[in-house]
Amino acid sequence: MDVYLLTLVLFSIGIYCIVRKRNVIKTIIGVIILEYAVNLFFILSAYRTEGRAPIFMQEEEIVNMVDPLPHALVLTAIVIGLATTALLVGIAMRLYEKYGTFDITKIKELKG
Amino acid sequence: MTASSIIPLFVAIPLAGAFITPLIGKKVKWAPDVIGNSLTFVLAVLSIFSVMMVSSSGTIVYSVGGWMPPVGIAMVLDGLTSFMLVTVNLLAFIIAVFSVNYMEKFTSKAKFYCLFLLMLAGMNGVLISGDMFNLFVFLEIASVASYALVAFGTERYELEAAFKYAIMGTVGSLFVLLGIVFLYSYTSTLNMADMAQVLMQKGGGNIVLMVSALFIMGFGLKAALVPFHAWLPDAHPSAPAPISAMLSGVLIKSLGVYALCRIFFNVIGMTADISSILMFLGALSMVVGVFLAIGQWDFKRLLAYHSISQIGYVVLGIGLGTPLGIFGGLFHLFNHSVFKSLLFLDSGAVEYSAGTRDLKKMGGLAEKMPVTGTTSLIASMSIAGVPPFNGFWSKLIIIIALVQAGRHGYAFWAVVASVLTLASFAKVMKYAFFDKLKEQLKQIKEVPIFMKLSMSALALICLFGGLLLVGAVKIDFLDKATDVLLEGTKYAAIVFKGIG
Amino acid sequence: MSREHDKGMSLIVKTITRLTVGLILLYGVYIVMHGHLSPGGGFAGGVIIALSFINIMLAYGKEDAFKKLSRAAASMWESIGAIMFLGIALLGFTGGYFFLNFLNKGEPFKLFSAGIIPLCNIAISFKVGAGVFAIFVALILLKIDVEKKE
Repeated sequence: MDVYLLTLVLFSIGIYCIVRKRNVIKTIIGVIILEYAVNLFFILSAYRTEGRAPIFMQEEEIVNMVDPLPHALVLTAIVIGLATTALLVGIAMRLYEKYGTFDITKIKELKG
Repeated sequence: MTASSIIPLFVAIPLAGAFITPLIGKKVKWAPDVIGNSLTFVLAVLSIFSVMMVSSSGTIVYSVGGWMPPVGIAMVLDGLTSFMLVTVNLLAFIIAVFSVNYMEKFTSKAKFYCLFLLMLAGMNGVLISGDMFNLFVFLEIASVASYALVAFGTERYELEAAFKYAIMGTVGSLFVLLGIVFLYSYTSTLNMADMAQVLMQKGGGNIVLMVSALFIMGFGLKAALVPFHAWLPDAHPSAPAPISAMLSGVLIKSLGVYALCRIFFNVIGMTADISSILMFLGALSMVVGVFLAIGQWDFKRLLAYHSISQIGYVVLGIGLGTPLGIFGGLFHLFNHSVFKSLLFLDSGAVEYSAGTRDLKKMGGLAEKMPVTGTTSLIASMSIAGVPPFNGFWSKLIIIIALVQAGRHGYAFWAVVASVLTLASFAKVMKYAFFDKLKEQLKQIKEVPIFMKLSMSALALICLFGGLLLVGAVKIDFLDKATDVLLEGTKYAAIVFKGIG
Repeated sequence: MSREHDKGMSLIVKTITRLTVGLILLYGVYIVMHGHLSPGGGFAGGVIIALSFINIMLAYGKEDAFKKLSRAAASMWESIGAIMFLGIALLGFTGGYFFLNFLNKGEPFKLFSAGIIPLCNIAISFKVGAGVFAIFVALILLKIDVEKKE
């Protein structure tokens, strides 16, 4: 149970980081933390008591494996996260090129 | 090869186009235009074909790779899906035609069409997917492509808008993913039909309430319902005009409203609480959006606020849950995607010729640009709900449904928002098109042929959209879609019957 | 400071990179080829393959890295990988279904087994390897542009 609460803490840190931090890079790091909190939670939801890694091996019998599906899905989610993060970093670098700052409060040409 | 083999093509064709375009687009100048337009045309034809397939053989389930659902990945083609497919692909084709001339002023057409087709693939994927996680993957494909497209011009405000949109969109997607995780760990399945069945047997508990909240946040953010709307007025005006049309016209509907409806009606099951939450959010967006829109002087920004308002109508109608309300909501969804795309294309045409988006700097453009002037007059009357244009019929149906259900308060606000919309577009027409011609605008010309063609096509749909309410078209196109939502969680049984 | 230092890092780093980069590439290829037998697969292997090129770029500077894999080639391989993957999926229509595993599955735990899955892994590794390298290059080159302006 503690582990689940820890992912909740991680989730909250991510949200806090996105909402409160003024630096563009720190905001992106907040998104990454949030993403990993969700991914960790997904992996944890697959765990079975005393389970072993869900790898189909030659000598071993298929007993007591953890649920393999979330592992595959988390891989997909991580790949999507990679794409999003790369795009965010690219936009942040372009922003720095145009505005000369990473401070989100100084980047506000658009109103409301 | 059976007829159902066209179902995966809705994803495969745009994906193939998206990867071929950058490969040969750099060497051959005309290739991106030809590939983009021909593929979207093929998709539009296929989508109309899919409507006929649904009307002849009912719900069709396609098992990818020969693995039968619920184990394998399923693609489901039913009335709602084919309705949305027609909306998305028809508009994508018309917008692709518009982009032939409009995108000349940007540097790389190959990159534009690559991202455009990728976004289209994502949207089609969301629509045909019968699997929860695939829905999320396609949602992300479409979203990431749209973040890149908003930043396409790489100017200061475009980057700022794209950053804001990307951060908020990613957080929204993560809420959706978290919801899917909870649902998976509760039901141990990802197939939507199977999930609905398990949820029916197990009954909902607190976990379903939590999942509902997460989905309303996540998809509500994608649909730009009011508490989550902050990104839209920045992101939609900043993109190039065809993309604004695509984002406002179809993206927020297929990623937001469609996914919301599909999950709440068919998987989780509609309850009175969710219905009242959706109606409240819809009415709030409707009113707040239109109030914010009135004060705007930037043409595209004004249109973006109206998108929020009109999405409010759609969600209000669908959230009501009565047959007439759902029918009106879906019809308004189709109509809104037509006239809002047309308005964004008009604003693009004005920007293309006059070089400004500020309403105060325009004036008398109807004289110089007759096609743009006429089409935007038609679209404005349509969005404001003036008979006999299509917007009038759908708003009328929504208001009648609200009155029938005894929700007089919501009906009143719907009428108020409609009147305010009319006021706001009267302003647009007066300042932009009918005022005295400004001195510096004497030299401008009408836009090139392809832009005129696509705008006229959309204007014709606006004019004759009311005809969708009569005859066989209504039964095949709108009634089938309404039925899917009315069936509710019987969806599961229908899908399992359709496996073949 | 030696002249070599202008382009890339110091001699020690360059020597180590020269010795290891081939092994890294080979390891990536191994991960891809055994993706259907052991943990790994197209994505993980593709990232390792991309890392080998990124290592060259970090140690020797961008000119040498572009000699091995230019930007245009990277974006070309990325598209080719994706089209290969989609092509394999569409070939499934020969058996009646999209994404059908239409090849002979063979025996488990043999290198030539599992039908189309190894082919898919190879296609994904092209896509991911070129893609990750292209992302890295895009971020690096943008930074250089910014520094030039200041």
